[in-house]
Amino acid sequence: MSKHRMGGQTLYLTQNPPKIISRASIVGKKEGEGPLAEYFDKIIEDDLWGEKSWEKAERRMLIETAELTLRKAKMEPRDINYLFGGDLLDQIVTATFAARSLGIPFYGLYGACSSMTQTMSLAAPLIDGGYADNVLCVTSSHFCSAERQFRYPLEMGVQRPPTAQWTVTGAGGVLLSSDGKGPCITHVTTGKVIDFGIKDTNYMGAAMAPAAADTIRAHFEDTGRGPNDYDLIVTGDLAKYGRKLTIDLLKKDGYDIEDRFIDCGCEIFYESQDVHAGASGCACSAVVLAGYLLRKMEDGEINRILMASTGALHSIITSQQGDSIPGIAHAVAIEKKG
Amino acid sequence: MDSLDVKQKKINKEYQDYANSLSPKSKVFKNCMMAFIVGGLICTIGQLINNLAKIYYGMNKEEASTITSITLIFIAALLTGLGLYEKIGKRAGAGSIVPITGFSNSIVAPAMEHKREGYVLGVGAKLFSIAGPVLVYGISTSVIVGLINYFFVK
Repeated sequence: MSKHRMGGQTLYLTQNPPKIISRASIVGKKEGEGPLAEYFDKIIEDDLWGEKSWEKAERRMLIETAELTLRKAKMEPRDINYLFGGDLLDQIVTATFAARSLGIPFYGLYGACSSMTQTMSLAAPLIDGGYADNVLCVTSSHFCSAERQFRYPLEMGVQRPPTAQWTVTGAGGVLLSSDGKGPCITHVTTGKVIDFGIKDTNYMGAAMAPAAADTIRAHFEDTGRGPNDYDLIVTGDLAKYGRKLTIDLLKKDGYDIEDRFIDCGCEIFYESQDVHAGASGCACSAVVLAGYLLRKMEDGEINRILMASTGALHSIITSQQGDSIPGIAHAVAIEKKG
Repeated sequence: MDSLDVKQKKINKEYQDYANSLSPKSKVFKNCMMAFIVGGLICTIGQLINNLAKIYYGMNKEEASTITSITLIFIAALLTGLGLYEKIGKRAGAGSIVPITGFSNSIVAPAMEHKREGYVLGVGAKLFSIAGPVLVYGISTSVIVGLINYFFVK
């Protein structure tokens, strides 16, 4: 039995818990008009950002976010042992093309919108175990590139149901290091793929909520902690109805998290911005973490959070063939020490 | 194993019912009214073009119908290109999908979207990605109706 495991799904990082020494976020125009605008490093002026396609614009956002994250820590790509990245596009092309530019040893990861904490979940034990000193974790999504891949062409005049979500245009990155100053990642709880049979691709919050609830519950059971041990419990992109479902599912298990539970999908946009249930996408939890949450930790307003990005692991083909939407959530506990 | 499946199915069913009860229903009445007004407006514009063509340009019934379709398709394509049709569609729903303008929108939108993948494999291959099913079943239905008419009517 490994010394560093707690319960069935959690790692306890005790030897040299990785510190988040740098962070950066770039977002689109609409996100820049939302309530968190002041927390982002850069707001791009339009969806194309001077590039020939949305895919290229997304790629550039990811590359610039990575470079900015490094610059803030006064590091070069050669100082970084691993780059972990993910995005929503087929064959995770945004992350791989970004890795081509950056020239850092790379693992591309697909966890749909759970990518942010998925990358951190794998980077953190590498550092704690002494296998790496600096690992860069980046993820991105783009409303236009996601919309055309998963739904309709943008110019199609179609109505969206009230439970639909709006993919965040943006990229977020964090640099984990064995050395330096910043909040530590102390626990990693790996999620299981959970599927309660939701098939509606316009109701992703409901598809992912059982996974979020399962991972948070597993974290509490494994660590012996409870909601009161955290200042904030954060999920990725469950949006309005998914958030409510998660609260209710956890209540059934005896955990009341409602008073300290936020969902990134409910934070990025104002209701007046016509995004229906809320935001989604890899960038959703990435920019809220890298922009807003870590800044609040720096300012000392919050000291310990449990962050669980959530992902819907379906494809267009599986959905068209009538399969339900499997969900996943990976949690990391982030704590400000000293 | 079977009993576990049954148990999971029950949990799934309960969960799905609860999730659906949380989800607000689309505003059917408002959407129907908007669809009625916008769809009616588009058809009225079509009738106007039709009448103008007949009265001022002396076209016969067939010519006037053709010019009406062409004009409506052009206007919808232009509005799609300017990014306005999408905004109308968001409010009007079926009102702007059902008339011939919706067909125009469903061809121009993928054409614009896939231009970046080239004119053959992008625009050419994806042009009918949305209108395709309408064409397939529209033409199929007309063939069946035609056959019925040929063999059984008269």
